[in-house]
Amino acid sequence: MTRSKALPYLLLAPATLFLCVFFLYPFVLVAHEAVTRDGAYTFANFRTMAEHWKFPATFWNTMLLAIVVVPLQLVLALTMASIVSRVESGRGAILYIFAIPLGISDLAAGLIWLAIFEQSGFLNTWLVGLGVADQPVMFLGYQSKLSIFVAVVLAEVWRATAIMMVILVAGMGLIPKEYGEAAEVFGASAWKRFTRVTLPLLRPSLQTAIILRVILAFEVFAVVAALGGTNLPVLMGETYHWQFALQDRNVAAAYAMLILAISIGFTLFFLYALRVPKEARP
Amino acid sequence: MKTMMKLISGAALAMALGAGAAHAQVLFWSTQAKPVEETQKMRDQVLSGFEGGVDYQPQDDGPWLTRVQAELQAGSGTIGVLGALHGSLSSLAADLVDLSDVDLGGAKVNEAYRELATLDTGEQKYLPWMQATYIMAANKKALEFLPEGTDLDTITYDQLTAWSKNLAEKTGSPKFGFPGGPDGLKHRFFQGFLVPSYTKSMVTKFRSAEAEAGWNKFKELWQYTNPNSTNYAFMQQPLLTEEVWVAFDHVARLADAFNQKPDDFVAFPAPAGPAGRGFMPVVAGVAIPKTAPDMDKAKALVAYMLKPETQIATLRATNFFPVVEVTLPDDMPNSVKLSAPAVAAMTGAEDALPALLPIGLGDLGGKFNQVYTDTYERIVLGGQDVRAVLDEQADVLRGLLEQAKAPCWAPDAPSQGACPVE
Repeated sequence: MTRSKALPYLLLAPATLFLCVFFLYPFVLVAHEAVTRDGAYTFANFRTMAEHWKFPATFWNTMLLAIVVVPLQLVLALTMASIVSRVESGRGAILYIFAIPLGISDLAAGLIWLAIFEQSGFLNTWLVGLGVADQPVMFLGYQSKLSIFVAVVLAEVWRATAIMMVILVAGMGLIPKEYGEAAEVFGASAWKRFTRVTLPLLRPSLQTAIILRVILAFEVFAVVAALGGTNLPVLMGETYHWQFALQDRNVAAAYAMLILAISIGFTLFFLYALRVPKEARP
Repeated sequence: MKTMMKLISGAALAMALGAGAAHAQVLFWSTQAKPVEETQKMRDQVLSGFEGGVDYQPQDDGPWLTRVQAELQAGSGTIGVLGALHGSLSSLAADLVDLSDVDLGGAKVNEAYRELATLDTGEQKYLPWMQATYIMAANKKALEFLPEGTDLDTITYDQLTAWSKNLAEKTGSPKFGFPGGPDGLKHRFFQGFLVPSYTKSMVTKFRSAEAEAGWNKFKELWQYTNPNSTNYAFMQQPLLTEEVWVAFDHVARLADAFNQKPDDFVAFPAPAGPAGRGFMPVVAGVAIPKTAPDMDKAKALVAYMLKPETQIATLRATNFFPVVEVTLPDDMPNSVKLSAPAVAAMTGAEDALPALLPIGLGDLGGKFNQVYTDTYERIVLGGQDVRAVLDEQADVLRGLLEQAKAPCWAPDAPSQGACPVE
């Protein structure tokens, strides 16, 4: 009897140990570095970070990207998940096609979109070939921050919508068909069934999907690096830059802590905003 | 079960053998010859002749330094030989082995570089390995737009600007290109070319009126610069696609263009400003960390790198020029044939003003570069006020030099204590 009680904990032990050694311990070290400088405790690293002339742009670029990308992805992922759950035949095929971008690393995704938007890229070749433009348009030049931003949004949406979709498809599969059928009997339209039945029952999956995506959105790095270089600074890119180009791990650690704080903040917010009320829990 | 055991023991044996073989090789930990083709050539054509084998591993500067420091802190390591630019090696001075007893077998090493490599310690902290610099390249199509009376060998910043203006206006789009991308060597242009050419200084006169004039000239030139320049890393690519016709870059980063279309391009010296023709010689060195596992073998590899034959092979592989006396064979690649006269014209010019890579900054080198990059991003890309930006960045620069306690280096006059920023 005692053995079966201990079993779950024993099974969890390797994962816990792994997390402690490879996540918690380095995390404590990084946190320590963020608040020390030459051995003394200080907030100087955070001050250096915040006072750098690039910091405001960096911060708002990251925020804006998350604010634009995540809702867009949510709508798309819901649509895609609904399509996948609705179709009878070829469901697997559609699911796999939708999920293809998931199998591609984010840097590769950035490079794919770079090949499209570059001055000598696909898009420009078409535009010039079709006679829409006289000569190649510079989409990713330093003067066109907006088009860099749009390119990054497109690449991110293309690359990371599928992860939300997969979670939502699983969630939709868990909703008993009876609810929808009952609503249909009472004459609810398809839209009404979606907003009144599917969405509320999908809440736990939505929560997971959104939290996961928001955290990843604040860690956006490779796609931006490929498409925008230093023209569109984001928090993660600056962290890398301080660590490796400027050789200042303390300020880099401060950046890492800032990203962590933002992620935790948003996670808590969505945990609260999308919580399932106690009385509604099964 | 038996076959399983056989398999496992076989695998274990293979792993042990593999590990043994890898261990016997000297690990050459380098920041040079990073592009895949160059790495491959280093392994196949340069290092394959070394008895005992070499494991050549190139890395970006950051991870390179991180591993070196980790091994030094741990007190034991696997790196046998370090290869890096002068600036990176100078930050490790205390942990490098004295190489004055390495038998170079009669190779005549450039004395000035050899002296530089002592890092003012009296010991041979590293041995010069190869050298390079930055030059200009132009598509021959651009030559008809040269302003009258301009001789490429004595070109000035004013003439370059006028030329670029001509090109932009008469061809319909800007044709001057600049390696301003994240991996471009833009900071070297400002440190070693633009600022010294106007101020005869890299650091001391950073915020002088002369420096202001230089930045304003560059801002003017920028109007006729291909705006994609903020994405360029190696100028050979846009030169080959003819996105740009005139460009500045490191010789090694122009080589592909010269090699692939030698008849399309000319090479010429970097421009001169009112204070001279500022240019930056680049010296890479090989060194041995204190923690090298097999000291004799590492020293043998260092000696091997300086043999004239190896130096010529290195030139072919990396487009970095030899630092020992060699007679170049006739069948050198086109890039060498094209760039060698331009380098000679620049370094031998009457108004030549060599500006050395930063010395004594240690791990603040990245931040030192960032001062120049930030200045460029703010003045040229951000359109901020030149005077105000120079004043602000000068404070950052002063802070860095005081923190590193680095005395001035050429072209700035020697200083007692930290190099001052006036």
